[in-house]
This record gives sequence, structure tokens and C-alpha cells, in this order.
Amino acid sequence: MRNLVIFIWKHNFFFLFLIIETICVSLVVQNNFYQKASFVNSSNAASTTVLQTSAAIEEYFYLKSENENLAKENAELRSQLLASKFIVTTDTIHVNKPSIHQKFIYTAAKVVNNSTSRRNNYLTLNKGLNQGVRKNMAVICSNGVVGQVQEVSDNFCTIMSLLHSKTTISAKIKKDGSYGPLVWNGESYDYATLNDIPTHVKLVKGDTIATSPYSLTFPENILIGTVESFERESGKYFYTVKVKLTTDFKKLTHVYVVTNMFKEEQEALELKTEKETKE
Amino acid sequence: MINEIIRNIIRFILLVLVQALIIKNIELGRFINPFIYVLFIIVLPFETPKWLLLVSAFVLGISIDMFYDTAGMHAAATVFMAYIRPGVLKLFSPRDGYEFGTQPTVQYLGIPWFLSYASILVVLHHLVLFYIEMFRFSEFFSTFFRVIVSSIFTIVLVIISQYLFNRKSEKE
Repeated sequence: MRNLVIFIWKHNFFFLFLIIETICVSLVVQNNFYQKASFVNSSNAASTTVLQTSAAIEEYFYLKSENENLAKENAELRSQLLASKFIVTTDTIHVNKPSIHQKFIYTAAKVVNNSTSRRNNYLTLNKGLNQGVRKNMAVICSNGVVGQVQEVSDNFCTIMSLLHSKTTISAKIKKDGSYGPLVWNGESYDYATLNDIPTHVKLVKGDTIATSPYSLTFPENILIGTVESFERESGKYFYTVKVKLTTDFKKLTHVYVVTNMFKEEQEALELKTEKETKE
Repeated sequence: MINEIIRNIIRFILLVLVQALIIKNIELGRFINPFIYVLFIIVLPFETPKWLLLVSAFVLGISIDMFYDTAGMHAAATVFMAYIRPGVLKLFSPRDGYEFGTQPTVQYLGIPWFLSYASILVVLHHLVLFYIEMFRFSEFFSTFFRVIVSSIFTIVLVIISQYLFNRKSEKE
């Protein structure tokens, strides 16, 4: 026993190194494999104050293009108002009056930290638990999808960007509805890859890609990008489509966090169904 | 001595801020990510206690992790680099050892010495960092390419910083 203590003391540099390195690696593994809440991310108080100031300054550089975007979006929303719709009155009697429920709620948020140059990219937003943001909510901007909420603190949240090796978004070709998983291969921040599109679909360069109706987090028909090119690997019956993203990840400043009001209900029902089939 | 400690603390804060606010936002393509903050470990005085070397490397890595959202990756790489440092210093030591009160910088030991010493540490740091980030070997060669290119950029920045900030003490 005494010898052991002497041995450890003699090599204290090595053992201290071992201890600290173990702490580091366990932090990495925890964060990577279990997506657990970790205290070392950019939604903690120390780094957010610095990042917020820097983002506040940076914002001024994008004011013009951001204003143009907002104006465009306003116009679009205005055109969707009931007042700007043409209502056809018919003489038939409505047996089932359709009732309208709110399904998606949009919360505007500001980007305070952003990255595009790494293999796994994250963003930090200035909305958190206090503003109703929860894990796994969808994040979009006026031009397209952005990502999914990963960690939430009281007033901030971090987003797993679309530009991340673990992000998969269910996407569809808008004109005929055939869908597949959209992933990012890490080559360039404005291109992504859409897999598993059956070869009978007649693709044309420039076709619109949007979110599919089968996603629990994303609303349907949120713009993702356009078809840039597509190819069929030999022996496979699926196209691999290169998608040009409409979101400019380098210029993100204002985004929306989307709350799906029926998510829990749908999830619970699907889980129950699966369980019952197993039994 | 106290003066030296304060200087190192200021250098620490400056390097973290430069890395997190400036270099992080400079996009040089997906393969080039220089990490100038390792300069802090490179130029710590020779007499720094070994335990302090590891602890300060850990604190430095964690501070960078906070800005990069990489929980532990930078810390692991920086601690590894700090662990290697005494060995590298021993490998390159002059015949009669290092002079007391000097630092491993260009002004005391010259460009060839500093270049080989700093390059080994930087390349090892980047190697550990990028492979931990990938956590698999499927993109082995593209990661290796990243390590090499990024290391070159970091070393260039380290050398430039040596000439920018050490002029004053040269006159003394």
C-alpha cells in the first residue's frame, strides 16, 4: 500500500493528466452520445453575455438585408389573411362546419451565436424556458429550415443546425409528394443531400424541396431548397439528390421557434399503438 | 514573479476573446480552422509547476469549449498538449539547460528552435482535437488534411504574434 502511494506520488504529473483527461473525454462522450444537458455550452451565463454583445454589434451589418426580408415576409403574410382571400359562397348547407384550431405557434428569436464552418454546427438563440422553448422544437427562418432545439436554459437555447452530422429532416419533392431523409454531408454550407427518392419521379433541376407532412416537429411545406442535381447509383432504385438550401446560414439573425401544440398527443398515441402491437 | 502571473492572466483572457470573437468568425473554408489560443500553453515560463500547466490547460480548453459548443473536446486536446510539453522541452533543451527566468519564445531561443518546438505541440493538439471531433475513422484522410492545413495556419499566426507583441521586452 505504502509503495503504491509512493509510486503514484512519484508519477503525480502522469496521474493528474490521466484524471483531467478522463474528465474531458467523459464530457465529450456524454455530450455526443446521450445528448444530455451539459453545463459547458454556449447557453450559460458567462459566454452568453459576451456573445450577446458581439451579436448586437454584428446585427447592424445585416440590417438592410434583414429589413428587406421582413418586408417581403410581411407582404406574404398579408396575402394569406382571410381578408385577402376570395370566399366562394354556395347555397349548400354545411353539415360539418370545419372548426379551426391553432396547431403551430411561432416565437420570434434572435441568433446570438452561429457557426457554419465545422462538421457539427450549432446556433444559440435568445429565447429559453421562460419564453416557452422546449427541447426538440423546430427552428425556421423566413427563407427555410434552420434546425432543432437541443439544449434549453432559462433565457437561451442552443440549436442543432441543419449543418450537423446527426440532423435528419423528413423532406419531400413538393410537386408530387415523394419523400425521403435530408442530411448534410459536410461539404458546403449551402448544399444538402436528399436520399431515397424513387426513380420513377421525374425530377427537374430547380424543383422545390419542402418539409414533409410526416414530421412531428416541422410544419408541412416549410421551404428547404431546390434540386441542384441528382444521380442514381448503379444497382439502386433511388435517386440521391443534391439540394441547394434556401436558408443562408451565414446571415441568420432573426429566426422562429415553432411549437407544435398536438405533438405530445400524437406522440403518445403512436407510442401506445406500438406497445399494443408488441404485446 | 507577480508581474509575470498577471501578464499570463491577461494573455489568457485576450487569447480566449480573440479566438471566440474574431478567429471563430473568419471563414477560411471548411478545412481551415486555426486555433491561436494554444499560444498560451506554448509560451508559459519554463518554471511553471507541472500541475499548474495541466490545470491551466484544462481551464483554457473549457473556456474555448463554451464558445464553440464542443463540451470537452478543446479541453482534452489542450490538456494532452500540456502533458507533452515538458517532454518536448527536454528533447530540445540546449546543452546546459534553459536559462532561469526566460520563456520559450522567439526572442530568447531564436526562430529555428521556436518553430520546431511550437510545430510539434500545435500539430499534436490539432491531431487530438480533430479526431475527437470526428470520433470515427471513416473520414480519416480528409480529417488528416484538415489537421495539416489548420496547423500550418495556427503556426503562422503564432509566429506573427511573437513578432507583434514581444518587441517591447526586446529593447529592455
